Amino acid sequence: MAMTAKKERERATDIQEKKTKNIVYKTKELNLWYGEKHALKNINLDIAENEITAIIGPSGCGKSTYIKTLNRMVDLVPGVKTSGEILYRGRNIFDKDYEVEELRTRVGMVFQNPNPFPKSIYDNVAYGPRIHGIRDKKILDQIVEKSLRGAAIWDEVKDRLHDNAYGLSGGQQQRLCIARCLAIEPDVILMDEPTSALDPISTLKIEELVQELKNEFSIIIVTHNMQQAARISDKTAFFLNGEVIEFDDTDKIFSTPSDQRTEDYITGRFG
Amino acid sequence: MKLIDEKKVTSGMKGRIFRNSLFKNIFLLATLLCLLFLIVLFWRILSQGLAYLDWQFLNSLPSRKPEKAGIYTALNGTLWMMAVVVPVTMILGIGTAIYLEEYAKKNKFTTFIQVNISNLAGVPSVVYGLLGLTIFVRALNLGTSVLAAGLTMSLLILPVVIVSAQEAIRAVPNSLREASYGMGATKWQTILNVVLPAALPGILTGTILALSRAIGETAPLVVLGIPLYLAFLPTSFLDEFTALPMQIYNWTSRPQAEFQNLAAAGIIVLLAILIIMNSVAILIRNKFQKKY
Repeated sequence: MAMTAKKERERATDIQEKKTKNIVYKTKELNLWYGEKHALKNINLDIAENEITAIIGPSGCGKSTYIKTLNRMVDLVPGVKTSGEILYRGRNIFDKDYEVEELRTRVGMVFQNPNPFPKSIYDNVAYGPRIHGIRDKKILDQIVEKSLRGAAIWDEVKDRLHDNAYGLSGGQQQRLCIARCLAIEPDVILMDEPTSALDPISTLKIEELVQELKNEFSIIIVTHNMQQAARISDKTAFFLNGEVIEFDDTDKIFSTPSDQRTEDYITGRFG
Repeated sequence: MKLIDEKKVTSGMKGRIFRNSLFKNIFLLATLLCLLFLIVLFWRILSQGLAYLDWQFLNSLPSRKPEKAGIYTALNGTLWMMAVVVPVTMILGIGTAIYLEEYAKKNKFTTFIQVNISNLAGVPSVVYGLLGLTIFVRALNLGTSVLAAGLTMSLLILPVVIVSAQEAIRAVPNSLREASYGMGATKWQTILNVVLPAALPGILTGTILALSRAIGETAPLVVLGIPLYLAFLPTSFLDEFTALPMQIYNWTSRPQAEFQNLAAAGIIVLLAILIIMNSVAILIRNKFQKKY
């Protein structure tokens, strides 16, 4: 079952790829230091539109740092220095006049642990639109429904939209966080190990959801679960000690990697 | 070969269990002793003052004749003073806490400020009285007005308000801030919509407890020279006033037994206000207590 679905997806991808893919994120010679620690070294990566790009690698390899750099969340860490460029839709996100708020309005993020606000389900989803100045109750209602449907959680919560979000299970909370992210109608969704705190069934639901979302959004997902990367992503980047060792089609990475270290990692010889 | 000698373990067992219950009882005794003192205090105050506590007592001006004397001016004066203390401490205290927790970079200077705020919380209240006397009463020429006393009391409780508000703000998990920033919210939107609502119960609890301290403090008022006897109410913040603790202090220093009883009645009123405020603080804490 799963295999045929995957093959169909591949065929669809092949057809799509006949047209040249637009590049969403172009990373050029990116270096990043936490104080003295050189966390990212000469990263060059092109991330394409409407694809799922997985980033894998052992703990401490810089994969989370990289994804947090893409929406400049890494700015919150004191003592961070960067060099090089990340072009988002052609514009360098490190430019002085590029406001982080503007960038993050276009690039949503889902975090490792579900982090809903201690508010109602409705208010959680409406939070983003509200801070962007949308006050019209009717439009907010529509956004909330659309986002919750988009995150495949609408049927579970439609009768208790005004209950506190903490009443939901961990997996539901994470899908709520995805809905909250969809509500700002982002262009790119960054996911930082979104299923690492969840049980296998919730994980499966999120994985299916991510597949769906790919049609509308470009998704970059950090995962330490290699099977997950193999199951859901189109492209995979393998990070090791702050460097990109290999970046290629997921199928190629998991069948015939060109670097020995990639092969060692995916076959479980380390990490 | 076993490294642990079973006999030794068995023979030591009794001692361990005895010490376990011994310490439990020591702590219980300490608690009961505190409770005993409190009961004695309440019993003394209530038996002395309850008879004098009536509507007339709350509504009469102070008088040389004990049967006519009341706390009308003192109670009103305390309310006037709190009308200064509440907004000043809320705005300055919470504002400072937000700045230190959310905006200030952690460096030597902010550490220095932090240490000093914590130290100020331990400075005796008399010293704040002297500070208020120098700055508000004399330098700013406010005299023994509601404003001068209110500002002095605000200074006295500000460190406590700041520290407790900081703790409440720090207890808000960073993941919530990240979620907000991640959607393009500005720092101010994040503080207003995420940090403050989550921290509010803690902030209010700390603030109310500090305010109840300001109501009961006497020493700074004595140093400022707040009048012990006043037969009129303040009509503006620049007017003279007297406060409940001052009135109680006045009565306890009189030799006649009737005045001692009036003081006890005044203390009951003061205690009632404090208990009400502390209950409100506890209610707020319980109502809004949230798990993250």
